[in-house]
Amino acid sequence: MGNALIIAEYKDGKLKKGSRAAFAFAREYTQKNGGAFHVLVIGHNVTDVAEQCRRFGAEKVWQADAEGLGPYLAESWAQVVAQVAGDSQAELVGATATALAKDLLPRVAAKLDAGMASDIMGIDDNGYFLRPVWAGNAVVAAEITSPVKVVTVRGTEFEPAPEGEPGGELAPVTVNVDLGALKKRFVRFEEVKSERPELTEAAIIISGGRGTKGEEGFKLVEQLADLLGAAVGATRAAVDAGWVPNDLQVGQTGKVVAPDLYVAVGISGAIQHLAGMKGSKTIVAINKDEEAPIFSVADYGLVADLFKAVPEMVEEIKKAKA
Amino acid sequence: MKILVTVKRVTDPDVKVKVKSDGTGVVTDGIDYKVNPFDEIAVEEALRIKEKAGGEVVVASIGPAEATKEIRSALAMGAERGILVTTDQPLDPGVVARVLAKLVEEEKPDLILMGKQAVDGDNNQTGQMLAELLGVGQACFASKVELADDGGKATVTREVDGGFDVVEVDLPAVITADLRLNEPRYASLPGIMKAKKKPIKEVTLDSLGVDTNRKVVWHTFSEPPVRQAGIMVPDVPTLVAKLRDEAKVI
Ligand SMILES: Cc1cc2nc3c(=O)[nH]c(=O)nc-3n(C[C@H](O)[C@H](O)[C@H](O)COP(=O)(O)OP(=O)(O)OC[C@H]3O[C@@H](n4cnc5c(N)ncnc54)[C@H](O)[C@@H]3O)c2cc1C
Ligand SMILES: Nc1ncnc2c1ncn2[C@@H]1O[C@H](COP(=O)(O)O)[C@@H](O)[C@H]1O
Repeated sequence: MGNALIIAEYKDGKLKKGSRAAFAFAREYTQKNGGAFHVLVIGHNVTDVAEQCRRFGAEKVWQADAEGLGPYLAESWAQVVAQVAGDSQAELVGATATALAKDLLPRVAAKLDAGMASDIMGIDDNGYFLRPVWAGNAVVAAEITSPVKVVTVRGTEFEPAPEGEPGGELAPVTVNVDLGALKKRFVRFEEVKSERPELTEAAIIISGGRGTKGEEGFKLVEQLADLLGAAVGATRAAVDAGWVPNDLQVGQTGKVVAPDLYVAVGISGAIQHLAGMKGSKTIVAINKDEEAPIFSVADYGLVADLFKAVPEMVEEIKKAKA
Repeated sequence: MKILVTVKRVTDPDVKVKVKSDGTGVVTDGIDYKVNPFDEIAVEEALRIKEKAGGEVVVASIGPAEATKEIRSALAMGAERGILVTTDQPLDPGVVARVLAKLVEEEKPDLILMGKQAVDGDNNQTGQMLAELLGVGQACFASKVELADDGGKATVTREVDGGFDVVEVDLPAVITADLRLNEPRYASLPGIMKAKKKPIKEVTLDSLGVDTNRKVVWHTFSEPPVRQAGIMVPDVPTLVAKLRDEAKVI
């Protein structure tokens, strides 16, 4: 019976909340299939992160700490993951489906000669992995036939593992990676700073589309978001136009979100966009075209000019809050 | 500079597919097939590099015989020749990566350009797997590619969470295209005419001698959860009242 090894992600020395979805999945998986849940932290000076990881019920937290592992590179990290997958006798290797995990884990799968299922939503009674395909318009039960199975876990489908008392053993990894032989070098990270909550962690998201007509119009979306302490999202059209940063794109090929409230402002509702947000609890659509497909997934639809409706909403909410 | 670009034949990305009533797949009757949009971006990038540095763009696809159409559309954009590995059997990213590794061994390209994701299976795996099989560097989700003058390496800007990751990768390498790498050109009429005469080499999957066993097997398909029909509200005050009192989300 194999174990489940989850790669933890962190930022500025703090474990990312998103990783707790994969922790929750691994706990569920090992409860069903036997084996133990392990976590792996990779990087440089990550003792703190490893300590934080001990609070989520893992039997073991592996810490691969070396200077050359500092900035993430798929080429070096994949070697470490493959090594620890062996050491930890993992039958399942996974992480929450972030940009990093999507880059890293297929490489790990190839190294381990394993099959991989992306963006899984759960497991069915046969032990097959349920995952969205065709922009989420179908769900397929995917069987991984290799001894080791690699997955990325859709963050919105699992309640984050609850934080408890620290437990489990901390296991240092002796890193056997020849970092000098890598064929890629990290140059720099260009951070897009924002004071707003992260898209994948926010309870409320206000998203804007091409209907906002420009950076000025998009500010209305941001105003409403700030009033509600919400995150800001966008369609590909708004991102391509340069009104907002790339990583705010919600959709099939952007972020998948499922907040309590998702407000779509000036968004038509293309299938690629719906793929990223139709799991939200309550959806509001504001669009001047009553035929817009976004209304088919909206709990509350308002046919209106956003340039009037959004400022009015800001006023109404201020009143309601006063 | 010789560039290998991959092109997958996929169902029209703008058509909302339905699950077959017996759960064996999705309904594809009456749906057009297209080049995977990310692969079009990869083709465009390859052409731009070729136009600057000289060389050749070779397009590869694995799939049914009909995929010559998708290869032809890449040839019409300006690629020189195509390779189609024919099969009607279902594939997984691992099989595709092994086939591509074989083609790379034969063709010895300086650079492999792919899409980041095929919009049917939504795997986002093949490029990364190929890079590992080849033992070369990968630069996935690229939004900018700059080649060194000597052609020995590329500096690639990658779209990641929270910003952009810039890496330098030795060639040959695998680069996968994200949406904002470029805007693919339309094929011109002369381009389409010329493409008719460009060579496409067809080989069968079984003749390549690669392991074609899948490690991921798709079983039953089901519909995603459907949302309850919502209501239209007449004005903003009603909307805000509903959100506060009914949905209790603000
Ligand atoms: C490979 C691929 C991947 C893609 N991935 C994604 C993805 O991940 N996420 C994504 O979002 N898209 C994605 N797209 C793009 C997608 O197909 C759509 O083009 C995009 O979502 C449309 O954005 P939009 O709704 O902002 O713009 P539009 O479709 O142009 O809609 C604008 C809407 O605003 C409304 N409007 C205009 N003026 C006003 C006004 N004054 N008041 C109120 N309403 C107004 C209009 O009625 C219209 O419905 C992808 C496309 C491809 C090919
Ligand atoms: N059958 C195929 N033929 C050619 N290229 C493919 C095929 N399958 C995947 N690819 C390439 O791999 C990329 C990623 O696909 P995927 O990992 O399936 O999401 C695609 O954008 C294509 O460039």
